[in-house]
Amino acid sequence: MPKLDLKTAGPFIALIVIFIIGVFVNEAFLSSGNLSNILARSSFIGIVAIGATFVITAGGIDLSVGSMAAFISGCMILLMNALMDSIDSMVVIIFLAIIASLGIGAVAGLINGLLTTKAKIEAFIVTLGTMGIYRSLITYIADGGTLSLNFTIGDVYSEVYYGVFLGLPYPVWVFLGVAIIGYVLLNMTVFGRHCFAVGSNESVARYSAINVDRVKTMTYMLQGICVSIATIIYVPRLGSASGQTGILWELEAIAAVIIGGTVLKGGYGRIGGTVIGALILTLIGNILNLTDAVSNYLNGAVQGIIVIVAVYLQRGAWRRD
Amino acid sequence: MPEENKKSLTLSVKKLRKSFGPVEVLHGIDLTLRGGEVHAILGENGAGKSTLVKILSGFEQLSDGELHIGESSGNSQRIDVWNNSIAEQAGVVLIHQEFNLAEQLNVAENIFLGNEIKGRVFLDKKAMRAKAQEYLDILRSDIDPDSPVERLPVSAKQMVEIAKAQAKNARVLVLDEPTAVLTQQESQVLFELIDRFRQEGVAIVFISHKLDEIEQIADVITVLRDGELVGSYPAAELSKDDMARLMVGRELSSLFPEMPKVPAAAEIVLRVSDLLLQGNSAPSSFELRSGEILGFSGLIGSGRTALMETVLGLRRPAKENLGRVELRGERVDFKQLSAARNKGVAYLTKDRKGSGLLLEKGLTFNFSLFSLHKISKLLIDTKLEEIAFEKAVETFDIRMKDKSIVAGNLSGGNQQKLLLAKILEAEPSIIIIDEPTRGIDIGTKSQIYHFIGQLVASGHSLILISSDITEVIGLSHRVAVMYHGEISGVLEGEEIEEVEIMRYATGLKNKVSPQIKQNGTSNAKA
Ligand SMILES: Nc1ncnc2c1ncn2[C@@H]1O[C@H](COP(=O)(O)OP(=O)(O)OP(=O)(O)O)[C@@H](O)[C@H]1O
Ligand SMILES: [Mg+2]
Repeated sequence: MPKLDLKTAGPFIALIVIFIIGVFVNEAFLSSGNLSNILARSSFIGIVAIGATFVITAGGIDLSVGSMAAFISGCMILLMNALMDSIDSMVVIIFLAIIASLGIGAVAGLINGLLTTKAKIEAFIVTLGTMGIYRSLITYIADGGTLSLNFTIGDVYSEVYYGVFLGLPYPVWVFLGVAIIGYVLLNMTVFGRHCFAVGSNESVARYSAINVDRVKTMTYMLQGICVSIATIIYVPRLGSASGQTGILWELEAIAAVIIGGTVLKGGYGRIGGTVIGALILTLIGNILNLTDAVSNYLNGAVQGIIVIVAVYLQRGAWRRD
Repeated sequence: MPEENKKSLTLSVKKLRKSFGPVEVLHGIDLTLRGGEVHAILGENGAGKSTLVKILSGFEQLSDGELHIGESSGNSQRIDVWNNSIAEQAGVVLIHQEFNLAEQLNVAENIFLGNEIKGRVFLDKKAMRAKAQEYLDILRSDIDPDSPVERLPVSAKQMVEIAKAQAKNARVLVLDEPTAVLTQQESQVLFELIDRFRQEGVAIVFISHKLDEIEQIADVITVLRDGELVGSYPAAELSKDDMARLMVGRELSSLFPEMPKVPAAAEIVLRVSDLLLQGNSAPSSFELRSGEILGFSGLIGSGRTALMETVLGLRRPAKENLGRVELRGERVDFKQLSAARNKGVAYLTKDRKGSGLLLEKGLTFNFSLFSLHKISKLLIDTKLEEIAFEKAVETFDIRMKDKSIVAGNLSGGNQQKLLLAKILEAEPSIIIIDEPTRGIDIGTKSQIYHFIGQLVASGHSLILISSDITEVIGLSHRVAVMYHGEISGVLEGEEIEEVEIMRYATGLKNKVSPQIKQNGTSNAKA
C-alpha cells in the first residue's frame, strides 16, 4: 500500500530534506559539535512531545506543559538549595530533587486528568487553567525574578546535561530511552491499544470494557512525568528558573506531535513521528542560526509553515484513501 | 401496475463492475428500476447490495459498465457523469444502511439538511419545523423535531432518515436495510409509505434480510451472490424458500437448532432482584439458570437495554442501594463493564456503529479489543492475536475480500459478525446479547443460531434481547417481556407464542403488577 507508506514516511522524508538544506547552508552544520547540540536541544521538546503523543492519541490535549516545566524547575531548585544545609552529599540532594520532580509531575498530571474525567471539564479548558496557575506560581515563588541553583550543586548537576556517553550527551540518551519506552507502551501494550480506542470513539471503548477515565488520566500522568524528565535534564543547563522558563513549550510539543503524523482529534498516534517532529523543529532553528538568508527572528514563522504544510499533506493523503 | 405518471423514472445499469483498489466486488451486474415498482435486492452479507445501490445513487463511482436514465415513456440515455449531487437532482435518494445523519443537529435540521427552506434572508426555521412534524406524523412517530439526533435510539434515527427522504421529493427511493433496526409495527408504517410512493410512480429499491418483508412488498426481486447477478424475477414467482436457495446457492438446513432442556435443578447463575432503572417507578427482578436462554421481548423503548446496561454497570440504577445483582450466589455491584467481563459476563451492544466497532480501525484491532487481557502479559502477543482472529473469521464466517480493510468497510452484516466474534472471544460464561442478528443474512443467521445452541449445550447461559420475535421464540427456554421499564411477565412452555408475547409487550396483560397502567409515567429509553 503506497499511500500508507507515504503517510508514515512523510515526516522522515521532510527531516532528510531539511537536513540536506542544512548541509548546503553552512559547513559548520555538519560539525559533530553542532549535530550533538541539535540532538541535545531537541531532547527537551522531544521528551515532552512523547508524553503529548499519548494525551493526543487518547483524544485529549495538554496546554500546561510549559508552565508545569517552569514550576517543577523552580521547585527542584528551591528544594536543592534548601537541602544544602542538612545533607552533605550533592549526589543525594540531586537524587532527592529528581524523585521530587517526578512526583510533582505525576501529581500535576493526575490533577489535569481528574479534572477532565471526574469533573468532566474539557481538557482544553482544564489545562488552559492549570497553565495559568503554574506560570503564576513560579513567578510568585521567584518573586518576579529568577531562582538560581546553588553553584556547588550546579557544578555537580551540570554533568547531567553536559556529560557525554559514547559520544552523545546524556540528554540524547534519555530522549532515546523515553522514546523507546514510549514506543513500546503505545504500540505493544494493552494500555497503548486502549489509548487508541479511547481517542477513536469513547463509547466503543466503554462498551469494550475499557476504563476510559483511567486511561485518560494515565495519559495526563505520563505527560506530567515526561515534563518532569525533561525538566530534570533542563535545570542543569541553565541552573535557574523564572516566569520565562518553558515558555511556548506546549505549542512546540504539540507541533512536534502533529508534524509526526499523530491526529489531533485522537485515535491515531506515532511515537517515531513525534521524535522526528521534534528533530525537525530544532533543525529549523539551528539552520536559521547558521544562515543570513532568513532572519533568526522568523524561526516561529518557518515552524508555523511547516506545521500547516505537514497537516495539509496528511489530510491530502487521507482523502485519497 | 399503476397508470403512467409523469414523475416516473427508469434507471438501469448494464455490465456494471466495481473494484475497491485491486479487489473487484461487483462483476458485471444488469439491473433496471422502473417507476411504480418495488424492486427488492437480495443477497448474503457482502454480496454487494449496498455497493450496488451506492453506485446507483452516486455515492460510489462505477469502475466499468453503463448507467442509463430516462423518463419511463421516452428513450433512456446513457449517463457519463454521475455523482451524489447529480443523482439527487435527478430525484434519486438513498437511505444508507449506516445512518448518514449529522449527530449534533436536531431532527428537523437533519430532515432538511442540504434541502433547507429559505425565507427572504435567513432559513425559515418555523416552516422547516412544521414540515418536519408533518413528515414524522405520517410515520406515526412521536419523535420531537427539536431533539438532537445524537440522543435518539437507533430506531428513531432510522425514522428520521425516512422522514428526510420524504422532504426530498424522490423519484427513485433506495432503502438499504431500513427495517433492520425497526420493530414490526414501525416496519408496517414504513410499508404503507412505500405503498404510497409506489402509487405515485416512484421507483423503489428495498434491501432486507427479512424474507417475509420481501414477500409482502416486492414486485421484482433481484438476487446477487458474491458480486454476481443470479437473476431478476417477478416476486410472485418466488417462494421464501426459493429466495433463500437463490441467495445462498444451496438448500438451507433448519433455521433453529434443537435446544437441550434446562434441568429443573440447574444452578441460578445470575439473579437480579428489585433493580430500579433510571426514570422508572417499578423495580425489575429476574433470574437466569445455567445452560438457559432467557429471551427478552418488548417494544422498542420498553427498557430491555436499559435494564441490562444497569445490571452491567454501564448505567447507574435510580437508587444506588436498592436492588441486588448476584452471580452464582455472590453479590456483585458492577461499576464498569470490565468488572463484569472479569467475572465472565459479556455484553453485545445493539448500537454497532456508535458503541460496537471502531469503524476506522482494522479488523484485528477491533476483534481483540474486548479480550486483550487474554493475549497479553507485559506485551500483547500479536501472533496469538492473529491466530485467534483467523479462527474467528472461520467460526463466524466473516467475509471480506481483503483483510487489511478497516471495520467500516466491511459489509453491514459482516460488521455484525465481527462484533459477535469480539464479544465471544472473551470466553464469557454468561452472555447478554442485544439484537445479535441485526442485518445478518438468513444462512449466517442459521449458523449463528446453531453456534448459540452449542454454547448453551456446553453450559453457557444466555440472555437474548431481540425485536425479531421468531428469533426469541425459536431460541428461548423462557421469555421475559418488558413493558414501560418493568418486566410484565416471564413466559414458559406453551405461553411462548407471538400473540401472548404481544399482550404482555403492549400492557394488556401483566403478571407482576396486574393493574394496568393508565398512562405510563415511566419513560425508559431502549
Ligand atoms: N470502501 C470499501 N473498501 C473496500 N472494500 C469495500 C468497501 N466497501 C465495501 N467493500 C467490500 O465490498 C463487498 C460488498 O459489500 P457490501 O457492503 O456491498 O455488501 P452487502 O451486500 O451490502 O452486505 P450486507 O448484507 O452485509 O449489508 C464486501 O466484501 C465489502 O467488504
Ligand atoms: Mg449492505
